[in-house]
Amino acid sequence: MGTFFTILIIAVFVNNFVVVQFLGICPFLGVSKKTNNALGMGIAVTLVMTITCLITYPIYEYILTPLGLEYLEIIVFIFVIAALVQMIERAIKRFSPSLYQAMGIYLPLITTNCAVLGVAELVIDKAQMMSLLGISSMNLGVAVLYGLFAGVGFTVSIVIMSGLREKIDHLKMPGPMKGFPITMMAACFMAMGFYVFNMIG
Amino acid sequence: MTGKRFKTIAFDGLLKNNPTLRLVLGTCPTLALSTAALNGIGMGLAVTFILICSNVLISLLRKTIPNAVRIPAFVIIIATFVTIVRMVLDKFIPSLYDSMGVYLPLIVVNCIILGRAESFASKNTVLDSACDGLFTGLGFTCALTLIGAVREILGAGAIFGVRLWDFKIEFFTSSAGAFFVYGLAIAIFNAVYSKVENVRRSKTFALRMLPKPDVSAPDNLDPDASGEAEKANTTADVTAKEVK
Repeated sequence: MGTFFTILIIAVFVNNFVVVQFLGICPFLGVSKKTNNALGMGIAVTLVMTITCLITYPIYEYILTPLGLEYLEIIVFIFVIAALVQMIERAIKRFSPSLYQAMGIYLPLITTNCAVLGVAELVIDKAQMMSLLGISSMNLGVAVLYGLFAGVGFTVSIVIMSGLREKIDHLKMPGPMKGFPITMMAACFMAMGFYVFNMIG
Repeated sequence: MTGKRFKTIAFDGLLKNNPTLRLVLGTCPTLALSTAALNGIGMGLAVTFILICSNVLISLLRKTIPNAVRIPAFVIIIATFVTIVRMVLDKFIPSLYDSMGVYLPLIVVNCIILGRAESFASKNTVLDSACDGLFTGLGFTCALTLIGAVREILGAGAIFGVRLWDFKIEFFTSSAGAFFVYGLAIAIFNAVYSKVENVRRSKTFALRMLPKPDVSAPDNLDPDASGEAEKANTTADVTAKEVK
């Protein structure tokens, strides 16, 4: 139980994927204009990240490492993620058309989302994960939980950002600051907020 | 390839379509690895190398790859080159390999490389694509080095790892500082770029305007042409006013 909360706090707040580790910045800037869209994107990313960890961790641990093929990890992972996103898209379309309407458009974007490949690469680096979470052994459960909560962290930050942007767009500002620069400034203040969580560790 | 074409590709890659400052692509490595100027150069050169290689290969294969599976094919090609770069860096420059960490494999999903493959290499000749890869990569490298240098000077009181003074503001090396400097860099670059572009445009307007009255003034039979000349005149005035 203690491990569970450690992973939750560290993955969602202390090492937030977007504003602390800079993973998944593209959707964070691109799909954060409206809160509804941001929430849809966040849920889709969380789903894909969790399932990615569930599949890539065993592949690396039980297939690539015993065969001495660790150097193929990037190609294998990107292939798994692309196939997975396709399958999830088909499954959602088949079983819940209304859900597909809501988040179908975000799914193809997720293949090239650094957050997904990033979490797959992070959880296989055992030494770093164990020192980060302060645990003595790494297993599939921890990997999947980390993927899940990293996705939740992504959702939290993208939803906060969309809330900020809905206000920002109506403000007066100098011309060159419009668009990306002012969004970066808002992200800067968010990052300051999340920086406080560093003190917990 | 003609000199003019080369010039256009170079101008597009470095300034007009600068991937970092104009198009805001590949933001993740920009924010994460601009803590120091040297990291920026390392990341930039790695991306440049992969961009040239993948552009050349994709351009060679552009008629062979079926349209329906082109994106997966591009991704696999890029992933292969990233794996090669990763193994080389791990063997020969371990310090850079360590400082890049997880962002090195993430070059695979860098939007710049896939974007150039899709929008340029899959439609142009091999030499053009190689040049495009080189200049887009250099544009990325310059921007990353610039942001890295600003953050390193203000945040660590050093440049390229050489100590300058003891004064430092740690905010600039933190994640919040990354967003701050990057946002300001985009704003300043866009402001300067649009100013320069305005001046250039008003100059070309002035050049285009000069012969016009000579042609339409003597007979004055062509009302459309003079109307156009007038229009050009007023636009040039407006741009000139904006510039002032």
